[in-house]
Amino acid sequence: MSVRAGLTRRRFLEVSSLAAGGLVVSCQLPGRSGGRPATEGASGAFAPNAWISIAPDGSVRFACHRNEMGQDIHTTLTMLVAEELELDPRSIEVRQAAVDPASFTNSLLGAQITGGSTSVRDAWEPLRRASATARTLLVEAAAARWGVPVGECAVEAGKIRHAQHGTLSYGDVVADAAARPVPENVELKPLSAFRVIGRPLRRLDGAAKARGGERYGIDVSLPGMRYAALVACPVLGGKSVAFDRDAALARDGVREVVDLGEAVAVVADDWWTAQSALGALDVRWDEGPAASLDDAALAASLEEGAQEAGAVVKAAGDSAAVLSRAGSSLSARYTTQLLAHMTLEPQNCVAVVSPDGVDVHASTQYPQGAQAAAADAAGVSVERVRVHSQPIGGGFGRRLDVDFVAQAVRIAKALPSGTPVKLVWSREEDTTHDFYRPPSLHVMRGAVEGGAISALEHKLVSPSVTARLFPVFVNEGIDPFMTEGTADLSYSIPNLDLRSVIREVGLRVGYWRSVSHAQNAFAVESFVDELAHASGEDPIALRLAMLKELPRQSAVLRKAVAASGYRPKAVRSKAWGVASMQCYGSHVALVAVVSGTAEALRVEGLHFAVDCGIAIHPDQVVAQIEGAAVSGLMNTIRAKVSLRNGRVEQGNFDDHPIPRMNEVPPIHVMLSDSDEAPGGIGEVGTPLVAPAIANAVFSLTGRRIRSLPLEDSGVRFV
Amino acid sequence: MIEFELNGERVSTDATADTPLLWVLRDRMGLAGTKYGCGRALCGACTVHLDGKPARSCQLPVGGLAGRRVTTIEGLVGPEAEAVQSAWDRHQVPQCGYCQSGQVMSATALLRDNPTPDETEIERAMTGHLCRCGTYGRIRRAIADAARTLEGGA
Repeated sequence: MSVRAGLTRRRFLEVSSLAAGGLVVSCQLPGRSGGRPATEGASGAFAPNAWISIAPDGSVRFACHRNEMGQDIHTTLTMLVAEELELDPRSIEVRQAAVDPASFTNSLLGAQITGGSTSVRDAWEPLRRASATARTLLVEAAAARWGVPVGECAVEAGKIRHAQHGTLSYGDVVADAAARPVPENVELKPLSAFRVIGRPLRRLDGAAKARGGERYGIDVSLPGMRYAALVACPVLGGKSVAFDRDAALARDGVREVVDLGEAVAVVADDWWTAQSALGALDVRWDEGPAASLDDAALAASLEEGAQEAGAVVKAAGDSAAVLSRAGSSLSARYTTQLLAHMTLEPQNCVAVVSPDGVDVHASTQYPQGAQAAAADAAGVSVERVRVHSQPIGGGFGRRLDVDFVAQAVRIAKALPSGTPVKLVWSREEDTTHDFYRPPSLHVMRGAVEGGAISALEHKLVSPSVTARLFPVFVNEGIDPFMTEGTADLSYSIPNLDLRSVIREVGLRVGYWRSVSHAQNAFAVESFVDELAHASGEDPIALRLAMLKELPRQSAVLRKAVAASGYRPKAVRSKAWGVASMQCYGSHVALVAVVSGTAEALRVEGLHFAVDCGIAIHPDQVVAQIEGAAVSGLMNTIRAKVSLRNGRVEQGNFDDHPIPRMNEVPPIHVMLSDSDEAPGGIGEVGTPLVAPAIANAVFSLTGRRIRSLPLEDSGVRFV
Repeated sequence: MIEFELNGERVSTDATADTPLLWVLRDRMGLAGTKYGCGRALCGACTVHLDGKPARSCQLPVGGLAGRRVTTIEGLVGPEAEAVQSAWDRHQVPQCGYCQSGQVMSATALLRDNPTPDETEIERAMTGHLCRCGTYGRIRRAIADAARTLEGGA
């Protein structure tokens, strides 16, 4: 879904120059007039939201407005800038942009935020346009200086050339360019002229990352910095009542103890000292209402939700009538588990509170949210908060929440003014106090007639992340992110009744890679398979029969099937399972190959076919599918969070495992050639892994597993 | 004071003896390349070389390191390291990159110990390293490629 506000059509560009005479091209919201002449110097038209700046020495800087968490957005967006400026991307200096929602709001999400596989879709046109405008002004300036028509000038590698007049570099003409009126419409390069987009390129941060040179939030170091560790109430949502402050302060190197309510923090000269002192606090907790929360209570909450009528997400025809009339209809329920994010870099933040305002340094996907949370925690206006976003050691949606930013600021406030403090959560704190992927329950009913599904009903029951984080998007009981994967069902089915029930279950939930796509895909693609088997239809043919109106989707399904050697029935202890969905504007199909027996299952391979439109950085698109598939395996095989007495029972990678090298099969990715505008890619490899494997397990063993993780049903993967 | 060799230089620390080497490196020596991921030797992000062999620095109390030789990612040199890091570049291994220091430390140690590892040996040497971004397939291929590079004397 999109919460687009029409910004991409109505953005205006405003050009101004840096005091030193450079050229700055920015992007403004509607309301500012376009076509205004840019000015030189510090007065008047200085634009606060700059993407591209070019200095008189010709150096080009790109302020990247989205956050890098491994998804390669820094390099990919730099490639867009490089394309229109006719530059080698490696010659552009990439920096992280400051918080500036006026310039950097994500048009699909409504804030300066990185998530939902939106960054490329959001920037595809505006960023190229900004770069093309810069180029146009530079060429016009050179042409004017030479007294020749613009059409006689060529651009290459940072230089403008004319057959008779020779060459001027970008740096030579930035001052002239800044003085020119901004053109309202510039032409973007056609696909056929692309020299950067779609071509091989080593990611710009790769070399540093291979040599331990990247600095994440957790690595930030400031002079005079202290370190904080914390212990949160082991029962979710509980509060501190009393603790032995003096016992902690008596320890060498401990500087302060700060009561945060939901947790108690120790501040020391180094993190080990702080973490080691937590035991001395001997905190007494008021466990609060969640003390009775357990798995059974969670399941009961969802079950109660299933009794509600729910909000209608999509309806067509009369499914109730068709299902009661149909010769045989099928009913099934599916459930998915709570999951922790387990980002390898645990949650952390460096905060400084001083008369100058507040500085936070954080691995964050939501710098605007971090700014607001820091301002609130410090009791200052957002204008006095500077967010220094760092490269992230794994996001997966965890870094959309800014709880640790607020905590760090509150701790900083308790220290002498101007003292930086680095708060780091231990792995155990991270695992036991996450914003978990919500559990879900899916009530399915359907029938097959004439080789296609004639009626499908899907009631999705789950708590809503959006109701907590972005409540403005929840309308009439529908959370638009929760219904992705059902509201945008790719199949043409004449009788449809798709509903959702938002049902809180007593703990805080968060966005986890692919959000509800993974959960809805597990239910839908498993159920389609069940309908196929029950009615004697081939699972591929059944899907293709319903995809005639979506040729891009049927194309990837055919590709994945062909590449995997798919067979509808198991052959010599090997079986194939298929799943297909459109998500985030891309089309994905997956065939999983599974061998063995129910006691010793082995995933032999995953065959993906993806149509994401134009692949700006093709190898990194493949890398994202490969990586997201491993997140998919994590959600499928054995990982889960369980609750007892309001406590999360898992604490580290031993009891909340993530896939290891020896558990990950070969992953094959085929990208379709396409001229369509790019779709999202960061998350699209995740949702289909569970249903494809579950479908293969059925084909192999005859066991239909309707809940995740699969091993909870007694099968074993080796 | 505890004295040991760090990346070829003699250093000393007044950290308490029970302080894991990981935190001495990060918080006292200014070397942030070695990462904290789990604190229990489950993830491998904290891997350094101790007397030339891979070791989990989160499990090395600095008190036991007197006179020992520690190498971190910042001090990793030699033909195997170069082969690994070049292969990492060619195969575009890192995504978020947080686990990669540890991965490179173990991959380098593997090739120093066994210049021609087969797939099983690569897997055995590297399975202790978690990658939440899922770059395992590329890690495998990069190590095999690095081994070929060393073999060819390139």
